[in-house]
Order: sequence, then C-alpha cells, then structure tokens
Amino acid sequence: MEVVMAESGMSVFATIGFGLFILLAAVGGAAVLTWFERRLLGIWQDRYGPNRLGPFGILQVAADMLKLLTKHDWIPPFADRMVFIFAPTAIVVAMMMGFTVVPFSPDLYIIDLNIGLLFFLAMTSLAVYSVLLGGLASNNKYALLGGLRSAAQMISYEVFMGLSLMGVVMLTGSFSMRDIVEAQRDMWNCIPQFLGLYVFLIAGIAESHRLPFDLPEAEHELTAGFHTEYGGMKFAMLMLGEYLGLILISCMMVTLFFGGWLGPWLPPVVWFVIKVFIVICFFILLRAAIPRPRYDQLMTLGWKFMLPLTLVNLLGTGVIVLWMEG
Amino acid sequence: MLNAEVTHNNTANGTIVDDLIARFGAELFVIQPTPDFTPTLWVDRKNLLDTLAFLKEKFPMLLDLFGVDERMREHKPEVAGDFTVVYHLMSFTPCEEVRIKVAVSLPDLDVPSAVSIWPNANWYERETWDMYGVNFTGHPNLRRILLPPTWEGHALRKDHPARATEMEPFSLDEEKQRQEQEALLFRPEDWGMQRATDDTEFMFLNLGPNHPSVHGVFRIALQLDGEVVIDSVPDIGYHHRGAEKMGERQSWASYMPYTDRIDYLGGVMNNMAYVMAVEQLAGIQVPERAKVIRIMMAELFRISSHLVFYGTFAQDVGQMSPVFYMFADRERLFGIVEAITGGRMHPAWFRIGGVAQDLPVGWDKMVKEFIDAMPARLDHYQKMAMDNSILKQRTVGIGEYTTQEALDWGITGASLRATGMDWDLRRDRPYGGYDQFEFDIPVGSKGDCYDRAAVRVEEIRQSLRIIRQCVDNMPEGPYKSEHHLATPPPKERTLQDIETLIHHFLSVSWGPVVPAGEASFPIEATKGINNYHLISDGGTTSYRTRIRTPSFAALQQIPLISNGLMIPDLIAIIASIDFVMADVDR
Repeated sequence: MEVVMAESGMSVFATIGFGLFILLAAVGGAAVLTWFERRLLGIWQDRYGPNRLGPFGILQVAADMLKLLTKHDWIPPFADRMVFIFAPTAIVVAMMMGFTVVPFSPDLYIIDLNIGLLFFLAMTSLAVYSVLLGGLASNNKYALLGGLRSAAQMISYEVFMGLSLMGVVMLTGSFSMRDIVEAQRDMWNCIPQFLGLYVFLIAGIAESHRLPFDLPEAEHELTAGFHTEYGGMKFAMLMLGEYLGLILISCMMVTLFFGGWLGPWLPPVVWFVIKVFIVICFFILLRAAIPRPRYDQLMTLGWKFMLPLTLVNLLGTGVIVLWMEG
Repeated sequence: MLNAEVTHNNTANGTIVDDLIARFGAELFVIQPTPDFTPTLWVDRKNLLDTLAFLKEKFPMLLDLFGVDERMREHKPEVAGDFTVVYHLMSFTPCEEVRIKVAVSLPDLDVPSAVSIWPNANWYERETWDMYGVNFTGHPNLRRILLPPTWEGHALRKDHPARATEMEPFSLDEEKQRQEQEALLFRPEDWGMQRATDDTEFMFLNLGPNHPSVHGVFRIALQLDGEVVIDSVPDIGYHHRGAEKMGERQSWASYMPYTDRIDYLGGVMNNMAYVMAVEQLAGIQVPERAKVIRIMMAELFRISSHLVFYGTFAQDVGQMSPVFYMFADRERLFGIVEAITGGRMHPAWFRIGGVAQDLPVGWDKMVKEFIDAMPARLDHYQKMAMDNSILKQRTVGIGEYTTQEALDWGITGASLRATGMDWDLRRDRPYGGYDQFEFDIPVGSKGDCYDRAAVRVEEIRQSLRIIRQCVDNMPEGPYKSEHHLATPPPKERTLQDIETLIHHFLSVSWGPVVPAGEASFPIEATKGINNYHLISDGGTTSYRTRIRTPSFAALQQIPLISNGLMIPDLIAIIASIDFVMADVDR
C-alpha cells in the first residue's frame, strides 16, 4: 500500500508549530497526570494524596520534576551502559510518534496517514523494546524477570490489539483516523464493535503495563521489575513514557470507539478532551480496584479467551459487512 | 488449688504419666512438680527418642523445644545437669500438654535429634544449638539460625554478656572484615542447592532481607528455573533482638513493654500471654472486671492485627486500595486503644494481677461506635477483596497443606483452622474468662491461601461479637488483684500504715519476688499459639524466659508449600501466613 498523507488545512509552518504544541501538551499532560492520578487515587482510598504544594497540590508536579532533575545520574557499574541509556529514550520517542496520527478535531491533527492505525500499532510495539532492553541492560535479576515477563506479555497482547481493531477498519473501510471518526457519525463504534472495544481495552492496559497488568513491574513480586536499577531522569523518562502511553491509548480508544471529536453543541476539540479525560479516569479507577493476575494466568487469558473472542468478532463483522453490501 | 485457671492442665497428669510408666517402667522417669501442673518428666537422653515417639501418638504437636542453662540456678531439680533441653508437646482433643526434659552436662552436650519424629524440631534444635551449644546428633543441618555465622559463643548461656558494655569495645580490623564479607557470600551448595543440572542452569535469587513483600527483614534464597521456584530456603535472624536474654535482667513487671514488641501487631495480646504465665507462678487470682477488660483489649488487638493482615494480603496479590481502608479502620481502633491505655501499638498496659488503670469514662460509647460500624465495612471489603475473581484465581488452591502437615510443622491459630481443624484454645480450653463468652470458630477446608485469609476475616467478626459481650456485661469491681505480688501494688493504703508502705516501696523499686518454679501458659494469640515458659529462681527477675511464637513455626514450613510454584505464588503464600518478623526472631 502506498503511504498517502492527506492534505492538511494548515501551512507547513503551522503544522510544525502545532506539532511542537502537541509535543509539549502531551508531556505536560503526562506530568499533570502523575499528580492527578495520585489525587484521584487518594480520594478513592480515603486519603488526601499530594495536596500541599500550590492550589490542590498541583505544584507537586514541579517539585517532583525538580527532584528528579537534580538527582545523581547514576548508571550501575554492572549495567550495559549504552543500552541502559537508550531504553528510557526509546519509549518516550515511540509514544510521541504515536501522537502524530491522533485527530483532535476535523482540522487539528499533525498528519493524516492513510495507514494511521497501522502506524499507531507500530509505534506502540516499538515501546516494548524500552522495557525489554531496560530489563536486560540493568543486569539485575528482578529487572531480568520483569523484562522476560514484558516480552511474553507484549508479544501476546500485540496480536489481539491489532486484530481487535480490524473490525473497526472493516466497518470504515479505511486505516485513516479521520475517516474512522467520520464513519461514526451515525453510530459510535463502541456499539457494533463492543467485543473489539473489550479486547482493545484489556490489550491497551497490558500494552501500557499498568495495574492490573503491570507484571513487568509488579512491585510486590519483583520490587520494581524492569526499572529496579533506574533513577533520576532516566527513571523520569520511563515514567513519562508510561503516562504518555496511557494518554495515547485513551486518545485511540476515543478515536476508534467513542466517536473522536464528535458531539453536539461544544467545539470538537472540547469533546475530544472530555472523552479522553473520562477514559483516563476509568484507567485510574481500574488501577485502584483490581488485583494483579499471575503471569501465566494472563497468558492463558490472552491465548485461550481473547484470541478466539477477537476472531469471532472479526468473522461476525465480516459477515455483517458483506451482508450489508449485499 | 490457688488458681482456677490451672485446673485444666491437671487432667493429663495422671493418665499420661501412668501410660509412660506402664510402657517404659518407672525408673526411667523423674517427675518434676510445677506450679502450672503440666506433667513434667525428666528422661535420660538414651531413652529420649523412644519416649518422644511413643508420646507423638497422643501428642501430635511439638509445640516448643528450647534449652535452659541450669548452671546458675539455685532451686533446680536434682536431676538437672549443666543444660536442659525441654520438649513441650501438645494434644488437641482433649487439650493437654506434657513437658519432657533432658539433662546434659559439659563437656558432652550431645542430644539425639528429634527431626525424624517432628520435622519442625529442625529450626528449634538449630536455635538451641545457636543459643546454648547443645549438639543435636543426627541433625541434618546444625548451623546457627538467629545469630550471624561469625558469632562467637552461645548467647543465652549465663556466662555470655547481655549488654555491649560488658564486652570488649568493638573494632573491625581488616582480617575480621574480610571474614565477615566472606561469610556473606552466597554459595548455593551451603544452602543445599544445586547450581545446575545437565540441561538447566538455575538462577538464584535473594528475596529479601529487604523486599516489599516479606513483611520485615526476612530472606528467602530461591533456586529458580525461569519463574518456577525449584527450592527455597528461608533465612531468619535479621530481626533478632535478644528478647529472651533481656527477660533475664528485667524485673518481672518491667519486662511487660518488651513483650509488646514481640508480635508488634498484637499489642496487649503479648502482655496477656506473659501475665498469664507470671500469675501461674505467683498464684494470683485476677478479679472479674480485669479479666473482661483484658479480653476486650486482646480482642481489639486481634482485630487490629487481622486488619493489617487483610490489607497487606490484598496488596500483595496486587490490589492497591483495600489496605488503605483497613488502615483507616485500624486508626479508629487505635483511637479507642489510646483513650483507654494512653498507648497505641505498644500500650504495655496489662499488669501482673490485672491491668494498669480502670477504664476511662465514656469508653463504652467509643467501643460501641466502632463495633456498630465494622460489620458493614467488612461486608464492603468482602465484596472488594475476598469476592474478587482475580484474587481468588491467585489464592485458591495455592500453598495447600493438610491438617496432619500443619500439626507436624507446629502450625497453630488461623493457619491451622484453615485446614479444617475445628480447634481454638479460647473455646477448647478457655482461659482468662473466655468460657463466659459466646463465639464461633471459623474453619476452612482446603488449607490454601484463600482459606487462611477467609478464616481470619471471619475471626474479625467473631472478635466483634466477643467485644460486644464485653461492653454489655462489663462487671463492676477492682481492676487489679489484691494479691501481694500484683504489680504495681495498690497504692491507696500506703500512706496509712508502714507495712503497706514498705511492701509498696520494695515491690516498686526492686519488683516483686516471684516464688521459685516454672510455668507456661499457651494462649490463642493473633497469629497462633503464643506461650511464655518462665522459670523463676525465687528472685526479682526471671531465670529463663522462653517465648514460643506462632510465626517461627509458620516460616519454617514455607519451602514445603511453595516449592514447585511460581514467584507470585510464593508472594501470595507469604502474604497469607500472617507473620511478623519480630515474632519470629524475638
């Protein structure tokens, strides 16, 4: 397939400017999210969370950043230096790239690739390298176990994640994100593609390795898993990558299943942001509520339950699409 | 009969001694009378294993095994040598105990090992070797257990200093440092592990002493094939503070705060075990009101300890939130404890012969508020944690053991009841006034991680029931005994007559002089059977304080139930057995 970039309404400079803006907004959003998540968890868990610095404790973000920036940039002598440094950058870059295909409104997007969805999947797959290499390069047994778990988890969940989205593609007839949103004018994909949504949701949590699927990290088992040896800015990068991943997955979920920017009265961008916000809150709620399955149980769930479910969904969607076309 | 509490022990006295004499002949045994009327028999080491094997049929559990240094003891039985090894056995239906003692003298400190009869003798014998240098012949792995391998001497011997100030100033020269470092090196062979087989090279992982899920400083050396635990060897002693040695220098009354810190989640439950044993020795009768106050406080602490267990159990299988709710409840509970005792985690509030003060005005309102609110919260937690399908997946069928295994390994308390054994000291041999209360004993069926948690959760509800009965039926009367050894003595009349003043002065400055003898009193503590074996030589301090804790036994059993499972299962098992490292190492 030839890659086609759809003409955007903006000039080249405007596009670059907007790209930079999204870059900063995503990083800023991820930073604020670290505070927001702690506050929200706090409220749900009968406690306060960080509430001391600035209004509602929002300056905690700045304090954390300052702390991480000024920490000793230490690389364990037994680690593989190059790989150890490369790992945290990989996840941030990959996640950032993922944001390029997100349509925030009919006019606001960086690029509209005709393979947008595939591009997104490719970028999230790249992020696996970060966890894997980080775990391997640390030369620490807990990190190694974390890396191993991550490899197994990602390979399995990558498969369902891709397949779960193919139903959406079938309904739309396009990989372009904008087309997918436009196709949802009559009905959001979450209704006909509820199975796809379900699988994508679970695969998405597994991809962003958050509780309940934070097995590569699993602090109660592997102390801190793949990032046991990381500290300072490199640790901050890993965290940034994780939160970027969370935002990205939420953006994708909204775009693919909840009608993207579509909605009455309010401007499209506002609708988009509101929806993403709700999905993020849902992810945080999941983290607060659910225990962690065992690693082999997660695999069993994936291959024995999720894969057949996805295939059934694909088959069903295919039949319906063909039948509708006559 | 001085004390109504002690009648129960008496029942075994006739029968088991008769049985033994009928089997082996009277000349083999010397019977030692004790204030607690637990049959105590001295036997020669030649006949030890036969005697123990015979007794095992009737007494399935080796409750405790420990040493005593008899060399400085004035009131010792004639048969005693330099050292004594005590085997404390227990049966369940009927609930009876018996002590077997073996005397050994320097330089020949050999005693045959009982590991072949009870597997849990393993760690106890290691501890006795560590502390006294008693050599157990035939022991598979007689190494130090609580003290570091480089330690010199045997710490509980009377000639070993108790304080650092009694020793030479410490210095670490290079040679010594090299030795210490050498001792820290991990060699799988020393731990009985193989480095590799023909087709697999194993990974060795030190889980602990510092790890988020080992609940303190506890180390398990793991032999791993991928994430599967091939073999695991628990290593303890990182929390050892010499609590038993301290018992030999503190007065009978001033040892109370140390007991609080044994099972540091159990608070006054530890005081309970200790004062019961002292009261046996001294023959003190506790007034009714004090009994009910004690039971109420002990049950409050049982709830507190179980709440911590519940929260951390959910947390260790990866559930983030429950622990916060349960700690908030525990905080409310500590509010009550604080109002009544002035302390929170370690109130040290029980006294020999009663409790420290009477209950404050308005205590019943506070307690009622708490017990009224708890059941609804427990329902909520049930839905949140215990009914969660992932939590069940992680814990059902994991770390199973049978009742027989539990008895062989000295497992007591909720972990024993989880196997289906319907037995609780509070009901089956009521002490301290528990016979006046109505409550049920929750029992599990499979003895897996889930059952162990479920039993404890239900115990919280039963404890609430007991506390409600305490509140509704709190008797009037004194909160401390009038007995002359009750400490501190009642002060009211001290300014009226000189005799009382003198007694008060001596009892407070020196401490009470407890009559010579030895006694122990097992109680159903938060984590299982806690038992203080106290020997008095007729002085103001204990001659030997032996603390039998439930956590020690629980940790020894970990390899049995976790080998062959995965690391996350091991974490679930550790979370489910409810131990506290201070309770293990003392």
